[in-house]
Amino acid sequence: MFHLILFLFFGAICVAGAINLLVQSHPINSALSLIAVMAALAAEYLLLGAEFVAAVQVIVYAGAIMVLFLITIMLLNAGAEERTKGSRVAILLGVPGVVIGTVLVAWTLLNRSNMHSVPIGALKGDPKDIARLLFHDFLLPFEVTSVLILIAIMGAVVLASRPRAVASGLRKDAE
Amino acid sequence: MVPLSYYLLLSGILFVCGVLGFLIKRNIITIFMSIELMLNGVNLSFVAFAAHWHALSGQVFVFFVMVVAAAEAAVGLAIIIAVYRTRETLNVDQVNLLKL
Repeated sequence: MFHLILFLFFGAICVAGAINLLVQSHPINSALSLIAVMAALAAEYLLLGAEFVAAVQVIVYAGAIMVLFLITIMLLNAGAEERTKGSRVAILLGVPGVVIGTVLVAWTLLNRSNMHSVPIGALKGDPKDIARLLFHDFLLPFEVTSVLILIAIMGAVVLASRPRAVASGLRKDAE
Repeated sequence: MVPLSYYLLLSGILFVCGVLGFLIKRNIITIFMSIELMLNGVNLSFVAFAAHWHALSGQVFVFFVMVVAAAEAAVGLAIIIAVYRTRETLNVDQVNLLKL
């Protein structure tokens, strides 16, 4: 019972934050509500027993990635969203399609699936076991992701740096 | 004891909110945040299924998703900065050329 109350509490925070992300027009408000969603999701992971995943969720997602988003929003001085017409087709066909799909999936999940229950802290994901899995069974994917991160860092530096002509022009202006 | 389907429903709702934001929003940064929301929804279903099947590899896959999300955020935000520098706008309707 207590487990269900905790699940519903943090789930409500998640859904409220996600809806707030859609409703807000200023990107910084959306980013802050997304941080709330991620913190509440970390609590959900704790309820499932995935302690390490919850810690990494807070540190990497809510900490690193969202700070990157906030820095970009502040750097570009992003103002409130301008309302333009946009793609009519996406809204006219996409939104009803998404709603119908959601209702179908929800109905299937609630009525047709066998309602196995997950007890609180069902599967202890402590760092020791996860490290054993990550550095034995998943060693090759782990190494490949390090290459991916390296390439992403170099790509970000190349993309975000100023074009050489502009930079040298600025230097001449300074002189 | 919470049924597994409740966790899956929550993850589905988060995913759908991400899809709706992707369709409705016009600000490129908010669209990017909607993608992060979708990834988070999928992560929750990974962890829920890991608990259900007693297989820890489900939690390991969450780390891989996070790594890919971090790489994607770094590159994507760099692209957004490059687009803003040339176009002076963040509205996706006004970004109509791939050329920088």
